[in-house]
Amino acid sequence: MALERSEVEKIAHLARLGLNDGDIPQTTETLNNILGLIDQMQAVDTQGIEPLAHPLEATQRLRADVVSESNQRDAYQAIAPAVESGLYLVPKVIE
Amino acid sequence: MHQLTLAEIARGLADKQFSAEELSRSLLARIAQLDPQLNSFITVTEDLALEQAKAADARRAAGETGALLGAPIAHKDLFCTNGVLTSCGSKILTGFKAPYDATVVDKLKAAGTVTLGKLNMDEFAMGSANESSHYGAVKNPWDTSRVPGGSSGGSAAAVAARLIPAATGTDTGGSIRQPAALTNLTGIKPTYGRVSRWGMIAYASSLDQGGPLARTAEDCALLLGAMAGFDAKDSTSVDQPVDDYLAALAQPLAGLRIGLPKEYFGAGLDARIGEKVMAVVEELKKLGATVKDISLPNMQHAIPAYYVIAPAEASSNLSRFDGVRFGYRCENPVNLEDLYKRSRGEGFGAEVKRRIMVGTYALSAGYYDAYYIKAQQIRRLIKNDFVAAFNDVDVILGPTTPNLAWKIGEKGGDPVSAYLEDIYTITANLAGIPGLSMPAGFVDGLPVGVQLLGNYFQEGRLLNVAHQYQQVSDWHKQAPKGF
Repeated sequence: MALERSEVEKIAHLARLGLNDGDIPQTTETLNNILGLIDQMQAVDTQGIEPLAHPLEATQRLRADVVSESNQRDAYQAIAPAVESGLYLVPKVIE
Repeated sequence: MHQLTLAEIARGLADKQFSAEELSRSLLARIAQLDPQLNSFITVTEDLALEQAKAADARRAAGETGALLGAPIAHKDLFCTNGVLTSCGSKILTGFKAPYDATVVDKLKAAGTVTLGKLNMDEFAMGSANESSHYGAVKNPWDTSRVPGGSSGGSAAAVAARLIPAATGTDTGGSIRQPAALTNLTGIKPTYGRVSRWGMIAYASSLDQGGPLARTAEDCALLLGAMAGFDAKDSTSVDQPVDDYLAALAQPLAGLRIGLPKEYFGAGLDARIGEKVMAVVEELKKLGATVKDISLPNMQHAIPAYYVIAPAEASSNLSRFDGVRFGYRCENPVNLEDLYKRSRGEGFGAEVKRRIMVGTYALSAGYYDAYYIKAQQIRRLIKNDFVAAFNDVDVILGPTTPNLAWKIGEKGGDPVSAYLEDIYTITANLAGIPGLSMPAGFVDGLPVGVQLLGNYFQEGRLLNVAHQYQQVSDWHKQAPKGF
């Protein structure tokens, strides 16, 4: 099953990736080559096989519900592209 | 001084033949002189290194004796380092100076290592050639027209060229073992969960593991001993004591049972590599090992399954790079969606975008069962193959790579052909078992690696076998001409 240009555009939108129009044909072809490789999986009989998510079958550890982090807002915001008064700046989202 | 291994450096420092500061100054000068030929460093941290070296000398003068106290190393540029650029080889992390150290960095610092810098890598660790870095391709010191392997290609090139004695790397589908093989080094990917992933920028969280690259198994044992251990900050860290890897090295190999999987010696393997691997087997037999032919029938399905699981996890992990909280932001965004799309579109390179899109597609509504669940079922089949094999053998041995280092640019146009180069290494990540690559000789002047795979938490056994082999061979002592 090959992806069409419109599907590639939809995937790029879902992933919030801006693609140049000129790159889309090449991207579509490469993605179809990769999906061709992946589709080899369909020939494998996996009936009744339990999916493996963690190699050691570990489950999520729990910890006590206590504050463990100190406030480091200034350190984290020092590396942001745009901040003001402790807030991250983005283009206006409410008209 | 640059020819010294970590173990030799430890003795030299203990015997006061040289100071940590002298050693670091000498290697920093060597990096400045030779790295322009290789491009293995993204950042050289000269001031930090000299400060750490002086501190190590002061600690030693005060009576401390740790084997890594004053040992110079460098980190793959995806380990976060407080106040120093961590780029992940990507434009999207332009200017990103993490406000904290990764656990691995922290532990090695506590052991007294001196950080000379941050090493080049494939962008977000996605690649087998170190050609996808925003900071340019890394060259193989054995032939600078060829790739050093990837994604820990900067780590491999720098250690192989004797710019540093050892480095950290990470391995999601072979990214420690494959570059080690292509540059004549020893490198080990530990059991999943053995080394903390905290502060290690994530590519595929259920596969990623940090580990060392060095010139000898002994040096890998030294470094891994300091890197490994439980970390409450990594939710997949394993709470189990760390073995004494150095103590394990001396064990004789008499009675060692080696499995040779027929799938590793089939079509696709360069026959000259196969001969070198079998010559290693013959040496190990002389040391008392026995050999058994085995089969890992599901190996052939590993690459398709990997290229679902890794991109799926990457598409989720890399959603945090959005141009808002850190790193690159596009110029003059017209609205929030434009900010996200252009920051990511301009900030990520082609291979990273491809994998994000494959992962997004595999996880999208209607395809999840056919792709992600199917891949995880195959993952269990691959694990079951190993569990069955380790009932009969102690280690599994085969080639690390099917081919020698290829020419820079040779596979650029066809990602699928590059993906197939990881055929022998990917299964260890899917199953979560440890894997090691060590030097096995040369073909046409290019290094060949042999891979050892072990059962869960058998890192000590793998290092032991490699160390014993290195007592009766000298491939690992060969240095590339000009370095």
